[in-house]
Amino acid sequence: MSVPAVVVEDPPEDYLQEHTLKSWLLTTDHKRVGILYMISVTVFFFVGGAAATLMRLELMTPRGDVLATPDAYNRLFTMHGVIMIFFFLIPAIPAVLGNFLLPLMIGARDLAFPKLNLMSWYVYIIGGMIGIWIMVFGGVDTGWTFYTPFSTMFSNTMVVTAAVAVFITGFSSILTGLNFVVTVHTMRAPGMTWFRLPLFVWSHYATSLIMILGTPVLAISVVLIALERIFGVGIFDPALGGDPILFQHLFWFYSHPAVYIMVLPGFAVVSEIIPCFARRPIFGYKFIAFSSVAIAIFSFLVWGHHMFVSGQSMYAGMIFSILSFLVAIPSAIKVFNWTATLYKGSIRLDTPMLYALGFIGLFTMGGLTGLMLASLAIDVHVHDTYFIVAHFHYIMVGGTVMAYLGGVHFWWPKISGRMYPEFWGKLSAMLVFVGFNLTFFPQFLLGYLGMPRRYFEYRPEFQVLNVMSTAGASILAIGYVMPLVYMLLSLRKPPNAGPNPWGATGLEWQVESPPPVHNFHDPVVVTCDPYMYSPEEAERDYAHDQHVRNA
Amino acid sequence: MHTTSTSATLDDDQPLLMSHFDDLEQQHDASNLGMWFFLATEVMFFSGMLAAYAIYRSLSPEAFHLGSRHMHLWLGFANTLVLLTSSLTMALGVRASQLGRRNQVVWYLLATAVLGIAFLGVKAVEYTKEINHHLFPGKHFVVPADDAEALMKVSATPEELHLNLGRFQMMFVLYFCLTAVHAFHMIVGIVIVLIMAELMRRKWFSGHGTTQIEVLGLYWHFVDVVWVFLYPLLYLID
Amino acid sequence: MWDFPLFPEQASANAEKLDALMLFELGVLVFFTTLICVLILFFCARYRRGVRVDRSNPPTHGRLMEAIWIIIPFIISAVMFVWATQVFYDLYQPPPDAAEISVVGKQWMWYLQHPQGRSETNDLHVPLGQAVKLNMTSQDVIHSFFIPAMRIKQDVLPGRYTSLWFQPTKVGKYDIFCAEYCGTNHSIMTGYLHVMEPADYEKWLAAEGVGPSRAEEGERLFVQHHCAGCHRESQTVHAPRLEGVYGKPVPIQTDSGVRFATADDRYIRDSILLPKSEVVAGYEPLMPSYKDQISEPDLLKIIAYIKSIANRETSP
Repeated sequence: MSVPAVVVEDPPEDYLQEHTLKSWLLTTDHKRVGILYMISVTVFFFVGGAAATLMRLELMTPRGDVLATPDAYNRLFTMHGVIMIFFFLIPAIPAVLGNFLLPLMIGARDLAFPKLNLMSWYVYIIGGMIGIWIMVFGGVDTGWTFYTPFSTMFSNTMVVTAAVAVFITGFSSILTGLNFVVTVHTMRAPGMTWFRLPLFVWSHYATSLIMILGTPVLAISVVLIALERIFGVGIFDPALGGDPILFQHLFWFYSHPAVYIMVLPGFAVVSEIIPCFARRPIFGYKFIAFSSVAIAIFSFLVWGHHMFVSGQSMYAGMIFSILSFLVAIPSAIKVFNWTATLYKGSIRLDTPMLYALGFIGLFTMGGLTGLMLASLAIDVHVHDTYFIVAHFHYIMVGGTVMAYLGGVHFWWPKISGRMYPEFWGKLSAMLVFVGFNLTFFPQFLLGYLGMPRRYFEYRPEFQVLNVMSTAGASILAIGYVMPLVYMLLSLRKPPNAGPNPWGATGLEWQVESPPPVHNFHDPVVVTCDPYMYSPEEAERDYAHDQHVRNA
Repeated sequence: MHTTSTSATLDDDQPLLMSHFDDLEQQHDASNLGMWFFLATEVMFFSGMLAAYAIYRSLSPEAFHLGSRHMHLWLGFANTLVLLTSSLTMALGVRASQLGRRNQVVWYLLATAVLGIAFLGVKAVEYTKEINHHLFPGKHFVVPADDAEALMKVSATPEELHLNLGRFQMMFVLYFCLTAVHAFHMIVGIVIVLIMAELMRRKWFSGHGTTQIEVLGLYWHFVDVVWVFLYPLLYLID
Repeated sequence: MWDFPLFPEQASANAEKLDALMLFELGVLVFFTTLICVLILFFCARYRRGVRVDRSNPPTHGRLMEAIWIIIPFIISAVMFVWATQVFYDLYQPPPDAAEISVVGKQWMWYLQHPQGRSETNDLHVPLGQAVKLNMTSQDVIHSFFIPAMRIKQDVLPGRYTSLWFQPTKVGKYDIFCAEYCGTNHSIMTGYLHVMEPADYEKWLAAEGVGPSRAEEGERLFVQHHCAGCHRESQTVHAPRLEGVYGKPVPIQTDSGVRFATADDRYIRDSILLPKSEVVAGYEPLMPSYKDQISEPDLLKIIAYIKSIANRETSP
């Protein structure tokens, strides 16, 4: 730093131009860090998915037969949960799409702290490596919730190592959240007022607040678990005056907001895709923006609804129940506003739009079953059954994963400069939607019938529904592998997408694809609101195109 | 946009502008805001343990009361003074860097680090005393006889006595957790202060390192404030 | 193969109340999901690119619309909350004449004790129409007692008592599950609830059951009364271990020195009820008196347990 930087005009090369390994591993470019994250979360997604596949195979029959022992099954569902939540869902949209797009969308050259951004990826990778190490050398069998005193005194597996992995990974999301918040506050281009921000940025802002304020509480709870296991001092051990319920309070204080860390970025993606493919301004911009913030705030007040039958007082249950119902309101606002955005649009059903519409349907189901779970008496019956499993998969897989895939398809031309094959894209979106419903809808029925979750063996009368679920999972698996294959294959062609294949508004579409290293060539000044689409203009263009084609 | 920084010279007073920022003010604000949000994270980190402390204390006030009588009140008080003084030297260091007095900054940072180390020394003495009295939780923990008797008096049933004995140890569990995590933050702080002092001596930073020292100062004051909360909670409350 | 159930059996008044609430919420779910899906499909068809319709001035905001879709979900939520909370409240109000059955969960079995003295493992027999209250605790990790047919569930915690009640309204055999993950054999920590005609129940009660041995029950009491907390692997309190003690001489601290007493039934009994009278040399007199805390029959069971471990080595 003792040498003054002689800043020259950026060469117009794109950010993918350099090919050396070093240029990737030492990059501070937010776009490249986003790509690094994309590769890593994809790996973890398929590792977690493999665990899910084995579990579904095991559950085809009531007796344990595919896996040799219940311990193997218990390790599998724990690893599935830990990997999918901490290593895929939480970083998926923010760290991949958020990293790539947030500075572009607000007209900044990078995030506020580019080195911290790269560091967060390394921290994530260290955590992830420990996670993989655990899988290979023994596993953990506590469930991703690490409930005490089982995790602290009875489990003979690598709980401390898992705690370390989760602790380390937590810091990567804290660093990402910190970076996003500061970037949104300080790095917006001139004219980019708060209410001209794309809703993608609003949602990521809300997500980042949760990351900053929630993750440290998770960190301290896993530290306490590790201390308890190593020293046996009894923080959660009733025999020594500790209280196992305290752990649940600390854990859910983070892990409930974490659900919104996973789904708010899904809202972010869908809020971008819907107006673009309906070719009209989004309906109720401010309501959608503020509902994200409202969800972030409420998310810290509802953790107790995971504990209605855990022995907390009846009145605590009532308070957490009513607060949980309140979360439904901002979620409903979003769903209705998105639907209203379709009215008088000029709708094209390309792959990203199919994913986004699928998201709305599945999220509606997930949200409304959430109301059932907020209803105290119903939760007493379905708590810790497959009903819960189905509910949160509707939110996390039907919601977040659909949104992630939709977003990857939508921005793939921007990220890679190439179009994906539209036919295969549509097919995969359909397979994912059908496969998803076939996998998880039967689980609602199973849960209400009373099949508890985390069961290696189950009563024979539950078998038919379980077989259906497994059949659906195999369709879902095909739907997930397809995009991986055709997206990778699309990279073999030269860039063909052009700067703005969707004719979208948004600053990220105003630069070439892939974007140049420093994002923008000229100073950015924002002069209009986001989503200035016109359906009538879209129709005229379409008619013109048809005319040209016919002639 | 980039043309704004093309006039960069070797001028020491002017901080270097990183290429992704538009102007110095933006760069300065980003660093400060970043530290503030990081401190928000830290607050939540400590509040998890403080919540545990508050809950257990309210459940077994007697056991916690007896436990806190074993704290070394005066050593803690001395430490509070040491830490407050270190905050003062840190604040003076920040001021000096704003005024561009590089040498003063180095000396103030060194003073801060020395005070920080003194704090850790006193803490180590306290820990040694507690460990020698078998008050370190775990296998060798022993409830002192008079405390056990006092707890027996306030417990109506054997179950309650058992619980109270556990809670007595819990006081020390939380005491060691909270102070150790705080001490860890102190160690990190001291290391960074020393590195910064060395870098300041070598004139590493552009613009007198004002932003860097300010941000470091925020962190140091935060760690200080945490102690200001811990001292009354663990030592003083009856 | 298609004769699998889609709806769980209703075997209590609570089950009926809950299913009514569930059907209401299901109606709400079906209505809104259908509404959203139909709207999406309708808009996608009507406003598909290339279809000639009026697209002028698409609205971008509407206070009235927003108000409607804030207020309606709010009202529906309020109805759900009140209804569900009423049903939930009743779960905490067991009738005063409920038969109390104590339940102990341990990895991976349920141990149930009837007030009339008969005890069972993993099976629970109850008479039709009799309200039953379960007082539950766990010996190790958190379990959860779940009877789907009654629509009730409650976590079973170590070191604490929780309770659950139900009133069976239908004779039959129903599942009992452990719903909180508790380790390796979580999925076989299951049992059956047998709801019987009262006459059959009387017959069943009278029949000689095979319960656990007295020493086994004694061990359970040993844990339940927190003896194990100090006399097993204690970290807070220094107390003598009891393995291999029975029948052997133990050193007793007296004012003048140390004498020996044989650890027989009398000595153990006195040590539990009057612990300060004969303290083993080298230990603090910390143990509180259990006088009036433990019933005579239980005391005998505990002594039987200590006797049963007479030949066991003290584990390091």
